[in-house]
Amino acid sequence: MPEVQIRKRVVIVEEIFHEGGPMASTPQRRAAALVVIHNPYAGRYEERIEGFMHDLQPLGMEMARSLVKGLGGDPKAVEGYGKGAIVGAAGELEHGALWHVPGGYAMREVLGNAKAIVASTKKVGGPGARLDIPITHINASYVRSHFDAMEVGISDAPRTDEILLALVMTTGPRVHARVGGLKASEIKGEDGLR
Amino acid sequence: MKAKIRKIVTFLEEVSTEMGRNVSPPARRAAAVAVIENPFAGHYVEDLSELMLIGEELGELLTQRAVAALGIPAHSAESYGKAAAVGENGELEHAAAILHPKLGTPVRRVLGKGAALIPSSKKRGGLGVGLDIPLGHKGAAFVRSHFDGMEVRISDAPRASEIMVAIAVTDSGRPLPRVGGLTKDQIKGEDGLR
Repeated sequence: MPEVQIRKRVVIVEEIFHEGGPMASTPQRRAAALVVIHNPYAGRYEERIEGFMHDLQPLGMEMARSLVKGLGGDPKAVEGYGKGAIVGAAGELEHGALWHVPGGYAMREVLGNAKAIVASTKKVGGPGARLDIPITHINASYVRSHFDAMEVGISDAPRTDEILLALVMTTGPRVHARVGGLKASEIKGEDGLR
Repeated sequence: MKAKIRKIVTFLEEVSTEMGRNVSPPARRAAAVAVIENPFAGHYVEDLSELMLIGEELGELLTQRAVAALGIPAHSAESYGKAAAVGENGELEHAAAILHPKLGTPVRRVLGKGAALIPSSKKRGGLGVGLDIPLGHKGAAFVRSHFDGMEVRISDAPRASEIMVAIAVTDSGRPLPRVGGLTKDQIKGEDGLR
């Protein structure tokens, strides 16, 4: 199995007090953990790539824990999550798809078996490419107040033979959420949807 | 607090390999960025002293945030820099009022010392504009290994009547410095230059 070679780690934490409306009693916090790794499959078509998902598991756990730490250290404070990947030009979109399992399951485990699917996005892009990572509630995908997104990117990544992996967590709804729909307080918690 | 802050974003970067070589210990740097209301947006105001006081407040707050993100004792920070981006209804002089008269003193107070000039950049721009924060050694501006820059951006800032204010702090110079010049162990520390 290829070793995971890390070039760079970036953690971004946002604290949002308001967006033109009333000051939030508890500011919303969003955090992104980004790690730039070497793409072991860059420059060629490789049929069997699944094994790399297993290799990425420890990195997923490390990133998920760094997000909880960046948000204050209490996993119970985390209410939303999402994930994404940007594959450098010598790779293919499928290499980004390797991140679904290790990234998603790591966050669920760190958060105590969150129920909802982890929203995700990915693309092939160059250094400085930006990625809008979708965010949904960790236990019920339909909670409308928690539909959110966080734009991330790194000016010098991904290089052509790299992959930028991203995980995101948030501590609450959009700062002035007021478009109705299922509320976090109404979650049944049976199917990860409602 | 005089500044009306909409959000604060911190960025933490850690470079562990470069060109396949280990960077040991990893090169780490952090930036804290506040998005504030520009009290003088949209009209010419002669006396900018309110912005100078805002700069003083943010000098302390953002330096503390950046050091906290690095997780190091404040006095062991090695280099620093500052920058501001003014939204389209403001003028470059607003950035100057925040950055230059009063911001540096609290930065140096938080870090213990800082004989060197705090390198700075400023610009006017729209939402998502990139800010390249110049970096220099806090004890001696001529330390060549620590000439650097850190790019930060926030996708939804600055709005037209906002200002983005950034402070960056590092625990090291560039990842693999090898272009000579004054080294940090040669600092005399008399004039902030060498």
